[in-house]
Amino acid sequence: MTLEIKRRSLVMGAGAAVGLSMLLTTTALAAEPIKIGVVSHLTGPLAGGEAVTHTPNIELWAKQVNDRGGLKVDGGQRPVEIITYDDKTDPAEHIKAVQRLATQDKVDFMLSPYGTGFNIAAAPIYAKYEYPLIAVSAITDKIPELSKRFPNMFFTLGTTTGFVEGVRDTLVKMRDDGTIGNKIAMVNVADAFGIELADKARPILSEAGFEIVYDKSYPLGTPDISPVVKGAKAAEPDAFVAWSYPPDTFALTEQAIIEGLDVRAFYTAVATCFPAYADKFGSKIEGNLGAGGVNPDTPAMQEYRKAHKEVTGKEADYWASATYYASLQILEQAIENVGTIDRAATVDYIKNNSFDTVIGTVSFDDNNNSERYWSVGQWRDGVFRAVADTGMGDSVPAVAKEGWN
Amino acid sequence: MTSAETGKLALGAVCVLAAASAPFFSDGYWLSIATTAMMYIALSTSWALFSGPTHLIALSTGAFFGIGGYLVGSGMSDYDQGFWTMALIAPLVATVLALLIGLATLRLKGVYFVIFTLGLSEMIRNLVSWVQNNFLGSRGLYVLTDFTEAHIYWMLLTVAAVVFFSGWWVNRSRLGFALRIIGNDEEVARHVGINTAWSKVILFMTTGFFAALVGAIVAPRYSYIEPNVVFSPQLSFLVVIMALLGGVHRLWGPLLGVIPFTLIWEAITISFPASTTLFLGLTFLLIVYLIPNGFVGAFETVTGRIRK
Repeated sequence: MTLEIKRRSLVMGAGAAVGLSMLLTTTALAAEPIKIGVVSHLTGPLAGGEAVTHTPNIELWAKQVNDRGGLKVDGGQRPVEIITYDDKTDPAEHIKAVQRLATQDKVDFMLSPYGTGFNIAAAPIYAKYEYPLIAVSAITDKIPELSKRFPNMFFTLGTTTGFVEGVRDTLVKMRDDGTIGNKIAMVNVADAFGIELADKARPILSEAGFEIVYDKSYPLGTPDISPVVKGAKAAEPDAFVAWSYPPDTFALTEQAIIEGLDVRAFYTAVATCFPAYADKFGSKIEGNLGAGGVNPDTPAMQEYRKAHKEVTGKEADYWASATYYASLQILEQAIENVGTIDRAATVDYIKNNSFDTVIGTVSFDDNNNSERYWSVGQWRDGVFRAVADTGMGDSVPAVAKEGWN
Repeated sequence: MTSAETGKLALGAVCVLAAASAPFFSDGYWLSIATTAMMYIALSTSWALFSGPTHLIALSTGAFFGIGGYLVGSGMSDYDQGFWTMALIAPLVATVLALLIGLATLRLKGVYFVIFTLGLSEMIRNLVSWVQNNFLGSRGLYVLTDFTEAHIYWMLLTVAAVVFFSGWWVNRSRLGFALRIIGNDEEVARHVGINTAWSKVILFMTTGFFAALVGAIVAPRYSYIEPNVVFSPQLSFLVVIMALLGGVHRLWGPLLGVIPFTLIWEAITISFPASTTLFLGLTFLLIVYLIPNGFVGAFETVTGRIRK
């Protein structure tokens, strides 16, 4: 029985392959594809984030564009072909692969890599060959300096300071509403971005009148996070803030459930927006705060999330996924409006125009920065809604977290 | 100095000059491969200075390389220091650290030493993160300079040339002679009055110095330092594999390992992006079984047979 099914699927598979190759031949005859390169972290420490936030969106976008018949250039339509290389999350490999895309494969455009460091490391090469670089997974306070150095580089996900200010605004609002008091327990992962965020948060939270009653760090990749959570609990805070990376976001939450850490505001940073976070903890994380968030109610966002699920089989994350997809829409619209493959003109077009995307209308200021992003989200009925933003204006007020049930 | 030695130095100088002209021929893809290869040439050769004669496999390259990158990043962003200041401080810090580590561990033998150095990179990463977190704070580890790929290539070439020169100098010094005896039989070495511990520590410090210097020079190429990327255990393994592939009992052995390895690695990355780790393991096995003394060893065996 099973054998027969296998044989049948094999025959069907072969048929599909023949059909597909015929299809490919005809498209190739119809129009030379536009080559689009991307260097991904298919392996290494950042592979997890890349696989959630970037890769599915590239797959979705390429499929949608090609289903429409391709991008409108040169008076006709040309499909897109994505060329991907793995860099093993190694900057030296990354630089080599970007060079390879630019000078050996001679791709027409390139997509932005995952991670602040990789965007900045690749920027000189994009600049040299005039590729527009619409950075998404890059949060930095150096935007003015970077955009001066690399005039073809654009920023969409905000600054480190904005990231911390979003948390401050959320907590201030909750305090004004009488939801929380003024005592904050703060922890951070002792690694570059975690240290930087904690460093910025100390003065910003103190100036807002909060008292940091507990302030501890833990090493990256620590197997036991319980002393940190126990310590925070003993300090009897009103709010808990963790500048955390993906693994510790999960570990801290798990430990807080075990310890029954009773706070009305519980914030963990990176990866709180991942659908896997909700899958793991279910209703227990109702009311949890975290980095990111989206406005799930706009028709564009709903349509995007539905298509993402259908094409890739996965839920989009509730933060940078949509922004990354928006960066692809910006590139698409710029290419089509320029009308030919002209990278310098495309960069100019991105600088001087506004774009209709899944996250709303995006345009860039003099520093090539889009001051439109959500910064804090909250899990509400299985959806991670934005409760703080810069320039969006559509986030909802945060509510109190009512226990770990 | 004998005339044969003068000849060797002249040949070395010609090679360095030829290598220095590379950026004039390609400033894109091939230069980026050459820069990566040059980084590994400097790292593998300096690794072999210590591990070649002593037969102690040190997996500590990533740790010292990381110190170089991390200190440059932290110094430039958090303390507004210039690149050159930090590129000077970083290797010195690494040398002092290598001294301390060496004194504590070089009495370890064989596999115990390997295991210790394997954990070293992780330990040092945590140590510097802890210091930064508790005492220093950070504004992000940016290394923004005006260096182009060619500048970095030339700097690495200079380091590689210095590594070769010091290797050549050590080989003909009493220290090099002492190390070869230690490598063959440490007991004998001790009996003939060689201070085995200090000889090893000095060479270990040299390796640490060069690895940190390379890390510091490469930092502007990366532009933004992520600790878990510069303190990479994979780097330590790659350096060892490339050096063993070439052969570690001759100074120019690692060079012969790095160049083919970089090119094959590149081909594998293009064709099988998901299986590079598998390839790495297979290479390691093949070297150990088929060419235990590297290309140089195999070459010498063949020429030896012909001579007979």
